[in-house]
Amino acid sequence: MVMILGKPAPLLFGQLLLGIINGSFYAMLSMGLAIIFGLLRIINFAHGAMFMLGAFVTWGLLNYLGLGFWWALPLAPLIVGTLGWALERTAIRRIYKLDMLYGLLLTFGIAEVLQGGFTQYFGSSGVNYDPPDLLSGVLNLGFMYLPVYRGFVLGAAILICGTTWLLIEKTRLGALLRAATENPALVQSFGVNVPRLISLTFAAGVALAALAGVLAAPLYSVNPDMGSELINTVFAVVVIGGMGSIGGAILTGFGLGIIEGFTDVFYPPGSAVVVFVVMALVLLARPSGLFGKAA
Amino acid sequence: MTLSRRDILGTAALAAATATLPSLPARAAGKSLTLGVLSDFSGPYSADSGNTSVACVQQAVEDFGAANKGYDVTVIKGDHQNKPDIGSSLARQWCDNGVDVIIDVPNSAVALAVAGVVAEKDKVFIDSTAATTNLTGKNCNAQTIHWTYDTYMLSHSTGGATVASGGKSWFFITANYAFGQLLRDQTMAVVKAAGGTVVGDVDYPFPQTTDFSSFLVQAQSSGAQVLGLANAGKDAVNCIKQAHQFGITQSGMSIAALLVFLNDIHGIGLDIAQGLILTESFYWNLNDRTRAFTQRVLPKTPNNYPSMCQAGCYSGALHFLKAVDAMGLPAAKASGAAIVAQMKKMPTDDDAFGQGSIREDGRFMCPSYLFRVKKPGESTLPWDYYDLLHTTPAAMNFAPMTPGVCKLVTA
Repeated sequence: MVMILGKPAPLLFGQLLLGIINGSFYAMLSMGLAIIFGLLRIINFAHGAMFMLGAFVTWGLLNYLGLGFWWALPLAPLIVGTLGWALERTAIRRIYKLDMLYGLLLTFGIAEVLQGGFTQYFGSSGVNYDPPDLLSGVLNLGFMYLPVYRGFVLGAAILICGTTWLLIEKTRLGALLRAATENPALVQSFGVNVPRLISLTFAAGVALAALAGVLAAPLYSVNPDMGSELINTVFAVVVIGGMGSIGGAILTGFGLGIIEGFTDVFYPPGSAVVVFVVMALVLLARPSGLFGKAA
Repeated sequence: MTLSRRDILGTAALAAATATLPSLPARAAGKSLTLGVLSDFSGPYSADSGNTSVACVQQAVEDFGAANKGYDVTVIKGDHQNKPDIGSSLARQWCDNGVDVIIDVPNSAVALAVAGVVAEKDKVFIDSTAATTNLTGKNCNAQTIHWTYDTYMLSHSTGGATVASGGKSWFFITANYAFGQLLRDQTMAVVKAAGGTVVGDVDYPFPQTTDFSSFLVQAQSSGAQVLGLANAGKDAVNCIKQAHQFGITQSGMSIAALLVFLNDIHGIGLDIAQGLILTESFYWNLNDRTRAFTQRVLPKTPNNYPSMCQAGCYSGALHFLKAVDAMGLPAAKASGAAIVAQMKKMPTDDDAFGQGSIREDGRFMCPSYLFRVKKPGESTLPWDYYDLLHTTPAAMNFAPMTPGVCKLVTA
């Protein structure tokens, strides 16, 4: 068997693939955060809770309405996105003029309330959600066994990240968004309804988190803490990538997934901190992040 | 009487300290006792302990007949969040504010910290849900009783049975803290003593890990016959589910879940959990007495049947109340060590664990049961999940006492 750095090569290929798959969740979540931060200047600490809501809505659609995974893929982001829209209209809108810290506190509070409520109702071990029949089973890749569903998640994540990036960087709507980020007053003077644009952007960012939640539901157990467990890492990803940079968030998300995967092989106890070590190093060398513009 | 500024400040500080204890009630004078359930109410162990433990302690108060005997017993609860510093400072506040006994305390790291505090304050500590043998070994003290199980019982029962049935080569996935390491080391010793080998071990960060795929793939590529899970609670649930996704059990590797509880099996579902081998010292459907106990306590915890840990809280609390009653309240209030001595002197008897006793070193002696999880078609009642394979008698269930390890053990 071929060995690389004392580990069998197939094992490392396997870790690379798993790392990319875990990284795809970081990418999807940090992309939504980057979009929201870019336009609203809100550090959305409720993002993890929206991810969790996406997973619970997926479970609820099946258990209360009998609608399976394929229905949940469009419906759960729509439902959670609508909730995000309402949240922006009623609460978040009121603090745009205040210091950024208030946004952080407000969204953190919203996250705590949602998490606490779900823990109260569902308990902390959460509920079970099985992958759809079409995607259950295992693929033999030669160097490892890959659950079909994980392969699907990888494909879906690449599609979602790519589409979002194209939408923002290459379309007229995206150009408007970026212009509104730079100078909202000017864009408004051209007849664009900027407040509505902002509401919809927040809703879209939240819907992305919910979509990641749908994809995560069959993978991990659906539980109230699933978002808070991820969110710290995701914030580190956004900081490393450069606050507000969408391409940066995507690339960093996948990259850190891979670094974590290899840490799992070479030094498992370190896999929880490696992301933050990278973050500290990046901030020392490039305080505005890998892909961020210097302030 | 004149009040100095210092008196006022002192009172304010005391008021602030008590204000952090919202659940501590104003107490009536007379025969009052306070039982504190210090547990995990929101984290990975909350289904296995938490609110159902509180319900079981309340059941013990009822079954003891506290009201008829003239006692005013209050049960309070606190969340230690799996942090030793939070657990020990809450324990300290409780002891200083009239809590007589601290019960439950999952998480070995927190339990060891609490044991130290309770000894210093001379109150009583009945640990049901932590696993470490150190509570009755090098960290034993005259105020602590370790109730339901420990890592010795788990490693010998589940580990021993797996090796005996042909699972000779092992790969461990270990929660990287006091409990996981101890459970792994003791199971490794059992495996090697029985002629088995250990081909690999990964220690993952606790409690941040939710995706175990990397570790499972490493286990799979090691070619070991048995995957030993030296973890518990939600982590064990995630490992078992993800092992199923990666086709680990289908490819012939068997899983020795060294510590899973009934509540975990419920969360996993029989589809995936079927065939798992595990050990508990209580199961609700074991005999008439366990069923009677379960029927009594279920209205207080309708969605969660008690596991051995929660039943242990019942059994421990009941024996504590009996001991206090036997020695008289003034003597009991004077010293926690005296209560524990009385508890060791009296044999135990309750519906959950039957007859038992408490050893010199604070170890509660009870049998353990090796179970196999039923197939979905074999389960006929709600929460009817186990088939009994083997019973280990109380005397064989725990490590023999060796003088010099626990200071309470005399040669």
